[in-house]
Amino acid sequence: MEIHEEKPIIYTMENKPIVTCAGDQNLFTALFSSLTQQLPKEPMEWRRSYGRAPKMIYLEANFVQFKEDLLPKDGNKALLTFPFLHIYWTDCCDTESYKASVKEDIQRWQNVLRLHGSLDWLIVVVENDNKKKNKTNILPRTSIMDKIRNDFCNKQSDRCVALSDPLKESSRSQESWSSFLIKVRTLLLMSFTRNLGRFEDDMRTMREKRTEPGWSFCDYFLVQEELAFVFEMLQQFEDALVQYDELDALFTQYVLNFGAGDGANWLGSFCHPVRSWNGLLLRRPIDMEKRDLIQKGEASLLELRSYLFSRQCTLLIFLQRPWEVTSRALELLHNCVQELRLLEVSVVCGALDCWVFLSCLEVLHRIEGCCDQSQLEANISHTVGLWTYATEKLKCLGELCGLVSENGPNSEDLNTTVDLLAGLGTERPETANSLQSPYKKLKEALSSVEAFEKHYLELSHAAMEMYRAIGRLRSARLVGKSLAEFYMGKGDPQSAENFLQESLKSYVSESWSLPITHTRKQMAQCQKQLQKMEEYLQTSALLASDANLSDDERKHFCQEILTFSSHTSEVKDQRVALSLSSLAQLQELRFRPTSALVHVGAALQLELRLCSLMPVPMQVQQLSASVHFALEQPGATAHKRSGQNPAGTVTFPATSPMSLSPALELCEIQEHSPSDNTLSSAGMICKNMHLLMRHQDSTTSVDTPNTAPSIVTMEDGAQMLKSNDVTLLPGNNSIIFTAPTEKAGTYTLRQMWAAVGRVQFLLPHIYPLVQYDVYSQEPQLTIQPLTDNLLAGLPQQVKFTILTGHYTVKKGDALQMSNTDCMPVLNSSTCSARVLSSSGDLIGESVLSIQSSEKVTSISLPLTPPYHTLEFLLDVLCHIPSCLARTESGRLTNGQINHHSRSRTRFNSGMAVVDQKVSVDCPWSIYSTLLSLTFHVPFKVKHSLLSAGQRKFIQVCLQNVSDTNFLLRDQMLTENQHTVSVELQALGGPTASLVLSQQCVFSVWEMKWSGTPPSTLDCQFSAGFAPADTSDAVIRPYRYDFMLERVSTVYSVRAEICPSAGEQHCHTGALCRLEVSLTRLSEPDDTDRCDEELIEAEGLRTTRLMYEVMDNNSNWAVCGKSSGLVSMPVAAMATHKVQMEVMPLFAGHLPYPNIRVFKYLPHHTSPVIPPDTDSCLENDSLSLLDKGLEDQGDTASLRSRGSVHSVGSGEQQPRGLPMPKREPFASGQVFVSTQSRQVLVLPGTDDHVLEVNVT
Amino acid sequence: MIGLMSRDLRVRVIMAVCIAVIAKENYPLYIRSVPTQGELKFHYTVHTSLDVVEEKISGVGKALADQRELYLGLLYPTEDYKVYGYVTNSKVKFVIVVDSSNTSLRDNEIRSMFRKLHNSFTDVMCNPFYNPGDQIQSKAFDSIVAAMMVQAC
Repeated sequence: MEIHEEKPIIYTMENKPIVTCAGDQNLFTALFSSLTQQLPKEPMEWRRSYGRAPKMIYLEANFVQFKEDLLPKDGNKALLTFPFLHIYWTDCCDTESYKASVKEDIQRWQNVLRLHGSLDWLIVVVENDNKKKNKTNILPRTSIMDKIRNDFCNKQSDRCVALSDPLKESSRSQESWSSFLIKVRTLLLMSFTRNLGRFEDDMRTMREKRTEPGWSFCDYFLVQEELAFVFEMLQQFEDALVQYDELDALFTQYVLNFGAGDGANWLGSFCHPVRSWNGLLLRRPIDMEKRDLIQKGEASLLELRSYLFSRQCTLLIFLQRPWEVTSRALELLHNCVQELRLLEVSVVCGALDCWVFLSCLEVLHRIEGCCDQSQLEANISHTVGLWTYATEKLKCLGELCGLVSENGPNSEDLNTTVDLLAGLGTERPETANSLQSPYKKLKEALSSVEAFEKHYLELSHAAMEMYRAIGRLRSARLVGKSLAEFYMGKGDPQSAENFLQESLKSYVSESWSLPITHTRKQMAQCQKQLQKMEEYLQTSALLASDANLSDDERKHFCQEILTFSSHTSEVKDQRVALSLSSLAQLQELRFRPTSALVHVGAALQLELRLCSLMPVPMQVQQLSASVHFALEQPGATAHKRSGQNPAGTVTFPATSPMSLSPALELCEIQEHSPSDNTLSSAGMICKNMHLLMRHQDSTTSVDTPNTAPSIVTMEDGAQMLKSNDVTLLPGNNSIIFTAPTEKAGTYTLRQMWAAVGRVQFLLPHIYPLVQYDVYSQEPQLTIQPLTDNLLAGLPQQVKFTILTGHYTVKKGDALQMSNTDCMPVLNSSTCSARVLSSSGDLIGESVLSIQSSEKVTSISLPLTPPYHTLEFLLDVLCHIPSCLARTESGRLTNGQINHHSRSRTRFNSGMAVVDQKVSVDCPWSIYSTLLSLTFHVPFKVKHSLLSAGQRKFIQVCLQNVSDTNFLLRDQMLTENQHTVSVELQALGGPTASLVLSQQCVFSVWEMKWSGTPPSTLDCQFSAGFAPADTSDAVIRPYRYDFMLERVSTVYSVRAEICPSAGEQHCHTGALCRLEVSLTRLSEPDDTDRCDEELIEAEGLRTTRLMYEVMDNNSNWAVCGKSSGLVSMPVAAMATHKVQMEVMPLFAGHLPYPNIRVFKYLPHHTSPVIPPDTDSCLENDSLSLLDKGLEDQGDTASLRSRGSVHSVGSGEQQPRGLPMPKREPFASGQVFVSTQSRQVLVLPGTDDHVLEVNVT
Repeated sequence: MIGLMSRDLRVRVIMAVCIAVIAKENYPLYIRSVPTQGELKFHYTVHTSLDVVEEKISGVGKALADQRELYLGLLYPTEDYKVYGYVTNSKVKFVIVVDSSNTSLRDNEIRSMFRKLHNSFTDVMCNPFYNPGDQIQSKAFDSIVAAMMVQAC
């Protein structure tokens, strides 16, 4: 284990495995150069033990002359000086000389080798042709080889090789060389495998003993390092590095165990106080000084670590991994600091900083030395950590040595400096000539304040630039902030400001509250020193409202503002504007009234709720908000106020410091095309885009308005909300403003500011939008029914509402209503008017005086202030128009029937409706107000004419279509023309009856006459009615006029069904005879003449009739002709008989088939059927009795539409074609006596199936 | 080698000194540190570590295989602390600061701490009353974090 100082081999690390040469030195010398050249030319595969991967390896060797000294003595573990192969060279070719000297020499050589247990040897016999020529009596060459093999290579014949003509350029020579070289390489590798394997086994054994007392890490270190050296020698840097890494890990683990209380004895040697801190030394391949210390067991922890790292660094650079060096270096430096702490090694204060600083720079220099500039620039991320670390450490040193204070170092600081410099020792020879060595830098930096500043700034700026270059802006700013602290310490706030500003901006933009507070505090100090009052106050305001600070600190900053504000400045009117957001946070704004919509001059209050962020109560001289006024846009009255909810509250978004940006306020828009209202576009808009966009732009921070907004003072003329002398208590406050409402329009709150002495806290934009509207209104009169439907014919209450608007109702003002006969105003004694305020509160009530004259009704109004509501009720009665069926018309109050407004009368769910117009003269207008009231007629009446032979009956059906029940009395039917011969006789029924809602009452009168029956009859139905639920209601009359025409019966139709001959009854399926006889009952009179087509033939006047037999119920099958024409003589009692055959299809009492008679009009007569508007449509005289009410309703509605068509006229002939026409008779003109008659039909005799229909 | 030497030596070791959750937009959603040491310092440390987080996130895109790896490893060491990072798929970052002297914490333990943190964070996000982007005030989350910072024996 001795390494001689004089051996330079280790320094250069250009070691090669040692191969000794014995025998003929001259011979070897001649071959030496080719051998050293040839050997590394080809690689050889090295198969290794312990499953390690085989490697191709280029072998080199250091050929030295064999000496016994070279062989390792027992126990010497050195591997570098270990001769791996021994070669004996000879060119002996004759047996004599061999026997004489060579054999003996080899013998001696072998003995020495055996003595040292070396098995790696080779005997080379060089054959030379020249020599052969000289000696003629040579033996075959093999004989010498054989002899040597025989003598020495017992079973190892490969230990002896021949080399032929090595100095000649022949193929034989080349072949010989190559096999020789292969042999040498193989043997070398065999030797490596064997010797290294043995070495490793020994080493492992040694390591296993580490728990034994007396085990030394340093000894073990050197042993394993030996292995590393050999690997390095073999260019196996990776393997070499592994050895060091293992040592590193082993040591680290020991230190950790020590920290955990499991200390090893040998570690004690590393716990000595640190006396030297001269940093890493990476310029030498092997730092022998430190290695010696390790060898002697005197190395300190830092020295061991330094040495280990320098070796790792060397190997990593060999491996082309410089960036691993930097990351390992940083780790090492951190680790060393930790380890020293863990081992509780005493270190002079600052010594470690020196060591780290020097080491960082040394590593950086080493890396710079082996990389070019572009590589360095591409790998800043690997080096910047070291730069920063060095910067930090230099700053620590500066602080320690008093180099950063304004006053410079004191004597104590100087002593510290001297102590620190002493620990650096002298500069190493490697860097002595370099101007920029870490050693020189540190020494210079510690020498003076100025030099320190220079170096510190240089490092800081370098680090910052590097961080910026790789985009690590936060790190750059942190370095910058540190630099700012340095400047502040030096009393140079000017230089510090920018760095602080930039850092602050970064923290604000990412909402890191604690760094914000901290940096802001530094900023405040900086600004104070710079006398930037406005900025300082702004920062102070922010700090005073900062919850991260203690109360005392906040009060301090608050006091700073208050002091400034109360201080009168020399410059008059010098005001400072600060952000209101730092003083207080707006929370809510409430409108009273909540609608935020008032009339001109009305009181509108705004309650502002804000949270004062200041730690103390703040006396605010004036809190005001500027208001922007915009004239009312006529079209834009219904615009939606954003952010203003229906409760009249605007909630300000909580500007939490954490929310980066205001929340996106999106709303949907749809655009409709103006022409047809179709959707032309739809989309989303962002309502607060301006805020979002402003936030993106990082150049202007919301929190720190550097330039005061120019709109600090408002012109006096502008509208303002003002509140004077407000005390804002910390926390929630509520302030009431009275809003200006002098003009109609829209008022928008724009800015808000609070004046505290000279300081104004300003909010440049109030967001969300706060608006209120002031309106001016024209007076307005409306009349509304109190109930859903006004009923005609009954007194009804209507409500008059007057919105006074801007008009003041003065004494003597009255409403003048034009009177009308149709709708008189009923003068009720208790008529009072209510006056309501705009918010709906009752203000007063007064009796209304109503004076009616012939033409007008005058309602004198009570005094009412503007923007109030006047309400009163009035009873009106709308008379039911008597003959609604004829004249459905709107009426004006002047009694004229307005024929043009017919369409105004509608049938609304079966109710006739009367639109009654009212004309009112109002005091505020010279024009009359025309209002419309809709009355519903409660009844609907229908009449019908019924016949029984020649007797006539009139039926009147009155339906109550309203929702009210009525009592009906004195139903009367009178004949208007008072024809004496006609008498209407009521048929039974009570005189008074109750008509429930939606029900009908029928009454029947028989019409009797003497002499000729009347052709037309003008009738009036009248009844008294009153609401049934009120007992003493006034009975009001109801009248219904109608006209009956062609009353008398002209034809009588009889029919008989007779069973077939020989049968007593009809049978199903058997033909029966139907005999129809038509009889004319009366002479034609004038009225008939025009409708009946009379034919004069042979002195006899006849008329043509058409009959038709059909059965709608499919009871009968009509066989043969079912219809036909007959010519009827126009004479009373003229009879015509028609016979036809019918067949019953069912058994039972079957009704007779329908027999209908029409007028037959030949083609030449005008096809236009004169519409008979009011004749009854029933041609079957009794059919009404069978029909339900619905059917009547249907016919009524048919009639009402004015569409008259003949019932039974099956096919409508196209107009204008000269086709024969049939036309029905008016109701009552034809009496069919078989209507409702039945005939018994027995089942067919051969029917076996009885069909029963149960319905 | 290390395996030979390592024994269970975790005796009263603080696991983490600071745990932070940072929103996608880089503002802190949650940050908690051991009370004995300066809170401010950790805020600065965590904030600065975002530089490396961003660097690593943008670097992740290069290697497709790494895209699903949420653990970012050691962000950067300082003399006193080691800062580890983790990023969720929604780009929420977790940062754990460990005392450098605490050598018993291996990579696997850091990973499992992050996993636990992520699980708890997912629970917070699943709470219908939690507004994503707000500060985390969940007690459950707090107790998980507290457990990671407590002295483990």
